Amino acid sequence: MIGLPHYLLLGAVVFSIGVFGVLTRRNAVAVLMSVELMLNAVNINFVAANKFMAVGTAVGQLFSVFVIVVAAAEIAVGLALVISIYRQRGTVDLHDFNLLKW
Amino acid sequence: MDFSILGAEILIALLGLAVLVLGLSLPGKAQKYVNGLALTGLGLVLIYLIISFSKGANLFNGVYQIDLYGNYFKILFLSAGILVMLMAGTYIKRFEEKSSEFYGLMILATLGMMLMVSAGEFITLYVGLELMTISFYILTAYLKSDKLSGEAGLKYLILGAVSSAILLFGISLVYASLGTTNFIEIGASFTSSSAVIAGVVMIIAGFAFKVSVVPFHMWTPDIYQGAPIPVTTYLSVGSKAAGFAALVRVFMVAVDVSDPVFNWSLLLAVLAAVTIIIGNLIALSQKDIKRLLAYSSIAQAGYILVGVTAANSFGLKGVLFYALIYVFANVGAFAVATAVEVDTGRTDIEAFAGLSKRSPLLAAIMTICMLSLAGIPPMAGFAGKFYLFAGAIQSGYLWLALIGLIMSMVSVYYYLGVSKAMYIGENSYEAPLSLGSGSTVALWVCVLATILLGVYPGPLSELAGAAIQILL
Repeated sequence: MIGLPHYLLLGAVVFSIGVFGVLTRRNAVAVLMSVELMLNAVNINFVAANKFMAVGTAVGQLFSVFVIVVAAAEIAVGLALVISIYRQRGTVDLHDFNLLKW
Repeated sequence: MDFSILGAEILIALLGLAVLVLGLSLPGKAQKYVNGLALTGLGLVLIYLIISFSKGANLFNGVYQIDLYGNYFKILFLSAGILVMLMAGTYIKRFEEKSSEFYGLMILATLGMMLMVSAGEFITLYVGLELMTISFYILTAYLKSDKLSGEAGLKYLILGAVSSAILLFGISLVYASLGTTNFIEIGASFTSSSAVIAGVVMIIAGFAFKVSVVPFHMWTPDIYQGAPIPVTTYLSVGSKAAGFAALVRVFMVAVDVSDPVFNWSLLLAVLAAVTIIIGNLIALSQKDIKRLLAYSSIAQAGYILVGVTAANSFGLKGVLFYALIYVFANVGAFAVATAVEVDTGRTDIEAFAGLSKRSPLLAAIMTICMLSLAGIPPMAGFAGKFYLFAGAIQSGYLWLALIGLIMSMVSVYYYLGVSKAMYIGENSYEAPLSLGSGSTVALWVCVLATILLGVYPGPLSELAGAAIQILL
């Protein structure tokens, strides 16, 4: 029988893959995709927790809908920034963005 | 339902959208009227909020809380927004004809902050937080032809998105354990299971990023340096105050601070101590005024966190008091830095050399703001730090108050380093700096508030004391 812990475990694994992607990818677009993976892990948690912990309410599902909407807005701004940076420098490799440092 | 209770939020949302649409549809020459509309609109909403200050309501089954605590912070955000817009007047020429979008996004960021402080549960909190940060991503990268600005925007976006994801994962763990996102219900059924502890730790990490607490401060100097100065100012006073306001509400209502299994207040105390030490020590070696103020703002976040750690009436009163006086001192310092950057095109501390001869008044104002940030009496910063550290001593954190005190003394060195450059340094520039009328007003408000609140802190401290009653 698959219960809440299994879903939370799946969420944690997907979240970790996302963190790994953010830390290792050099391409800005790939990093944004990894962030998306982290947010989707959160959505898995919310929907599963809603089914097992809060039967009869829909707060968890509602939360995941809000996360999807906000993530779409975030990615729209993110890609716009990536395009504007690409026009300035001709690259989206994060290792090349080193003008600002202490 | 009585919608006048939500009046401030509704008006700000309409104003933000109106400024964006009008800015797009009107020709370039009419932009300055749109900017005027933005400023007057914010001013009117501020007056509306002050009139309806004592109103309270529990809307939508506890989803949205209107109370003194929220109203206090809303007035703080609006005052900060108005001051920043006033001082941005001279800088705004760099945006060419796209200046009204800047005002529109500033207003939407303010709306996000207002939603954050009034949120009674996590969904509203998250939406407000993202409204604020997404507006700031765009604002940070606003100088499209400036490489630093674009780089800062992308860095802020990636790090901000990751930190929101961590915050959300924490919220989802708390929800999975307790089955609710409402702060009061979470507080009622709070248990220290390992999932809840992990969740709350991740929530703290998410907030710590927004208010730039060590070890989540890495983004602060880079983004502060790259962003246009008015945005940096609003980021350092508004975004930080909003993060602390929401953190305090979550901590006082949802989390059981006196929990026997996990010592939350010790965790916060250690974070505060590390933040104060690292922020002040790295600030000592900074050569750029924006980076100096960035590290100083990290240190200031540590001081405010001392008050959150104390979690008693003195400490929380200190948080509210300090957040407001920090607005005045920081906006004043940044306004002078803006005038210098507009004039010389430089942001390093050497650019301030000889400022006392060029513009004695500006040099004096900068010194007053710096002394307030360092916490020297009779400036307001001293009164604020007094409340924060007294609160920490009351709840048994004598060592934390001592660290704060010692590091405040260290901070005087780098704050006065700027004054030293202004009064002793020599410079080839001779002519006095030109200030717009907006910047002049903003500077006078900041310096008068800094001095008056330092000499006579009583009324504001009583107000802050009344505002936190709901959390104790």
